[in-house]
Amino acid sequence: MTELRVEHLAVRYGDLVGVADISLKVAAGQVVALLGSNGAGKTTTLNAVAGLVQPASGHVEWCGEPITGQPAYAIVRKGLTLSPEGWRLFASQTVEQNLRLGAMALADQSRKGAMFERVYGLFPRLAERRQQPAGTLSGGERQMLALGRALMCEPKLLMLDEPSLGLAPAVVGSLYEKLAELHRQGLTLLLAEQSIPLALAIADYAYVLQTGRVALEGPAQELARNEEVREIYLGVRTPQPAPGGSA
Amino acid sequence: MIAVQVIVGGLLLGAIYALFSSGLTLIWGMMNFINFAHGEFVMLGMYAALLVVVWLGGGPVTFGAAAAGALFALGAVIYLSLVRHVLRGPMLAQILSTFGLALLLRYAAFWWFSANYVSLPGNALSGTIAIGGIFIPVAQLVAGVAAIVLTLLLQLLLTRTLIGSALLAVAEDPGAAMLMGIRPDRIQALAWGLSAGSAGVAGALLATAYPWSPSVGETFGLIAFVVVAFGGFGSVLGSLYAGLIIGLIQAASAFWLGAIYKDVVVYALFVALLWLRPQGLMGKA
Repeated sequence: MTELRVEHLAVRYGDLVGVADISLKVAAGQVVALLGSNGAGKTTTLNAVAGLVQPASGHVEWCGEPITGQPAYAIVRKGLTLSPEGWRLFASQTVEQNLRLGAMALADQSRKGAMFERVYGLFPRLAERRQQPAGTLSGGERQMLALGRALMCEPKLLMLDEPSLGLAPAVVGSLYEKLAELHRQGLTLLLAEQSIPLALAIADYAYVLQTGRVALEGPAQELARNEEVREIYLGVRTPQPAPGGSA
Repeated sequence: MIAVQVIVGGLLLGAIYALFSSGLTLIWGMMNFINFAHGEFVMLGMYAALLVVVWLGGGPVTFGAAAAGALFALGAVIYLSLVRHVLRGPMLAQILSTFGLALLLRYAAFWWFSANYVSLPGNALSGTIAIGGIFIPVAQLVAGVAAIVLTLLLQLLLTRTLIGSALLAVAEDPGAAMLMGIRPDRIQALAWGLSAGSAGVAGALLATAYPWSPSVGETFGLIAFVVVAFGGFGSVLGSLYAGLIIGLIQAASAFWLGAIYKDVVVYALFVALLWLRPQGLMGKA
């Protein structure tokens, strides 16, 4: 069943075009990757779906309900959440306060305790650091907190904007293991990434964006094999093996 | 002994400075909006207390709570009707809007209440007590202690409750707060309510101990700006320490140099502090 459907989405920032024409679909239980270089429109697309920016035209539908142009605080309560670019943690507040804020959009507030248990179970490091301000965490811990905070509202669809940005390779590996684990538990993922091999290894389907349009789409495995695609759209010249242990 | 009495009096007045300044720090320090009408909120709190006493009667708890409630409502209404729209405009519009609001409130008070000095009728807090050889008016003592307690309660609200956490989140990153399901407009209205409410209750406390006229708003507004900058923008505890220090400096310079010098000394020290430590006393470098 299709959960998220985006049709002919366009976003403008004044005279600048954020995205020109994007259409995509995410089905329940899928992992979908949005690929492309800086400025291709990945962040703008996710922000428009999440309600952080208003689309100039186009249509966004969630589980059959139109949500185009609704504000972010309303959209997150419907079960799709965004972990934004650069994580945007509340640096002055503790790990626990950040998670508590993440749970504000939880539909059933009596499940708050269970969500804390789940997130601390997934990332025991966060439990150790629960009283520490988010601004004092390491890069890897911040990523854990961003992911944990997004999970606190028990979303059906989790959108992640460049989760691997600025992280050490070893940390990125364990992040993708967690994402694969969450996917096995039934979470649908829409993932914007510049790190193509990792994203294609975990994704079922991928869209390659270029200057605000979908330049190419297809099952992730096909895109991963396509040498021409790798070179032209993904800027990967030498074939790289997909990293092990992530799926 | 007289020195101790001057110091105690200064600290008790400084505690009230701390209370209304921590209200300003919510808006100026945290929400990053300059509110020139904050002193007028204090002034309106004083008249709110007077009106409650004259019309309805009741003790300090009644008129204190009434002033807090009335100004809370006024602050929220001002956010929803004025500030919310001005926020979309340029910086100059923000500055002029609250400057205009300050003038409106001040001259409305002149028109309504006249320029004469008034004071609260005698109440439960009239009289003086002697503690260890120093004499303190009961009203000053109660008002000062109540102001410290209320400032600490505001700090606890911000740091220990979910609603406080949401308020700090909106201050830090409204977009990220929206992704948590928070409506920034409602939180901002709450912040303005808390800010004006703390000014209102501080005004009611001041009214128990000091006579006033509509022009006090200007004086207290300036003091609030000094205290917020002195204490480091956006820190309630910083405002508490800075308020106590400013009250102390004022009292000491009024006593040893003469009453006309008390504000000169405060503003001279303020300029010196901004020169040496522009991030404020408690602010991070």
